[in-house]
Amino acid sequence: MHAESYLRPPLIQGNKTYLQITEDISRSVEAKPSRSWWIATTISAIVMTWGLICIAWTVWFGIGTWGLNRTIGWGWDITNFVWWIGIGHAGTLISAILLLFRQKWRTGVNRAAEAMTIFAVICAALFPVFHMGRVWLAFYNLPYPNTRGPLWPNFNSPLMWDVFAISTYFTVSLMFWYTGLIPDIATIRDRAKTKIAKWSYGLLSFGWVGSAKHWQRHEMLSLVLAGISTPLVLSVHTIVSFDFATSVIPGWHTTIFPPYFVAGAIFSGFAMVLTLMLITRKVLNLEEYITLDHIESMNKIIVLTGSIVGCAYLTELFTAWYSQNPYEQYAFANRALGPYWWSYWGMMTCNVISPQLFWVRKLRRSVWFTFFMSIVINCGMWFERFVIIVTSLHRDYVPSSWAMYSPTWVEISIYVGSIGLFFTAFLIFAKTMPVIAMAEIRHIMKTSGEAQKKAALAEHKHHGHDTHPLPNTN
Amino acid sequence: MKRYLLGLFDDDEVLLKAVDKIRAHDIKIHDVVTPFAVHGLDEKLGLRESKLHVGGFFVGLTGLAIAFSFMTWVFTSNWPIVFGGKPHFSFPAFIPIMFEFTVLSASIGMTVAFLALCHLYPGRFREPLDPRTTSHLFGMVFKITDETTQAEKERIAHLLREAGAVEVKEREMQKHY
Repeated sequence: MHAESYLRPPLIQGNKTYLQITEDISRSVEAKPSRSWWIATTISAIVMTWGLICIAWTVWFGIGTWGLNRTIGWGWDITNFVWWIGIGHAGTLISAILLLFRQKWRTGVNRAAEAMTIFAVICAALFPVFHMGRVWLAFYNLPYPNTRGPLWPNFNSPLMWDVFAISTYFTVSLMFWYTGLIPDIATIRDRAKTKIAKWSYGLLSFGWVGSAKHWQRHEMLSLVLAGISTPLVLSVHTIVSFDFATSVIPGWHTTIFPPYFVAGAIFSGFAMVLTLMLITRKVLNLEEYITLDHIESMNKIIVLTGSIVGCAYLTELFTAWYSQNPYEQYAFANRALGPYWWSYWGMMTCNVISPQLFWVRKLRRSVWFTFFMSIVINCGMWFERFVIIVTSLHRDYVPSSWAMYSPTWVEISIYVGSIGLFFTAFLIFAKTMPVIAMAEIRHIMKTSGEAQKKAALAEHKHHGHDTHPLPNTN
Repeated sequence: MKRYLLGLFDDDEVLLKAVDKIRAHDIKIHDVVTPFAVHGLDEKLGLRESKLHVGGFFVGLTGLAIAFSFMTWVFTSNWPIVFGGKPHFSFPAFIPIMFEFTVLSASIGMTVAFLALCHLYPGRFREPLDPRTTSHLFGMVFKITDETTQAEKERIAHLLREAGAVEVKEREMQKHY
């Protein structure tokens, strides 16, 4: 066990015991769904259904129902794809990278963030898949022995790399999430009162009882999965950025894209984690486990990644000017001053200026301000992808093919529907599974619990050392 | 019918000390069930270090070899196509998929190995020796056979209580635990 200074604010507030941790976190699973849960889930499910209808509409009538044209072949679909994939990045960052860095505060939010990753990747995958048009031929992407030669997909294409990156990312995230969930499902199973709950959680718990040998293997699995997920999560958005960076479109053909996209992905992912967790902690009364210090830590990551993104925007501008390449220079002048100026300035305001407000400690620790900012950042990151995709495409080298793009009702509905899908999935998850990793919270209780910290302080005083009061945790 | 003696503890530090005490008396601990990964428990029980990572490494290496050799075979001999005048064997362009496939193979391999080694699978319904051991109690498990005498049982129970167990009980299970 790692010793931790009593000066560090506790991560679990209130005088908790192992039993209380179990009860606090299982309560939401065991209680009857509340009225507000039913209302929220119904609304999300209706929105999702409308989105699915519009997807069916697209498949039936073809991509012509979207606002794309010969100049702008990628519009809202790829914008939404990159946006969702970016949101998915926070989950793996929290569970993998922060595990390697021994950031204990991740235990409060990792489970929900990993679930969010999985749902976000599903939402993301919808867009390129249905953008294919003849979606029933989507399996042509896979390298399987076929009767067309066999003719293989082009493994040199970044779009093909993306197929591998995203399917790997989804699979690994799913395994990481589920293996972590198994011990907690077993807890719910052993507390279950009804036959149906005992049976279903028994089925899902895979027969886990918490043997010493199993825990030892579980720890090893988590550690190695974290180790290999770390380069994986960085590679996924790097490869997404290659979709653009390896082309010759002005505004896309930039070597800064990989780090810039990865930082942007983490930035937007944390914003979405905050949006979800601020609601979840309130609705499920988990304020003692997802404390203001957790929120502050996430806001610090937002300042860091937001600043990296801001620097990247400015570097792009500088490089466009410094390159003396008229096409590159025009692309950037057109972004800021052309017909899509509003999206550029929306992006600049939401992503560059607003996260800098988090340098103020008071704002970092304000729940309402953080919630508001998390929405602003998600809007900003959506604008960013729109700016990169649409403004670069709509006026490239040949002025005779310049065009404008606006989404149709079908595209808008599919986007809104994907948000409905995301929230429906998250709400069902939050009701049926423990949203906080109980086993991991128990593990850090002795080092990071409030009662234990107070005891450590008392011990310290007892030995006649200088006394420092516990820092104010509010 | 399988029979087990179960000593329940409510604190992980007490449990770790108890493991030492019991083992010092040359009594075989069948298993220890805990609600979270208690660090140091595996060493105290004398468990071998997990080899899961070694397996993961070799499965990952196999994945890397498959990805590399498959793409090389496809583009140099099975169906060579010229993409933008680039060489058929365009190694740098293979790297992303080689990396992804390595990670995919290693993590699937390790997860499957983990589930298989622990005999965990959907539909394996297991009754815990005590339902509280997945929540807040730590259980030390001893096997009871027909040869186990009453005196022996009492001795273990006494040692458990002395070492800080909050509860000691016998359990009969339908299946082998």
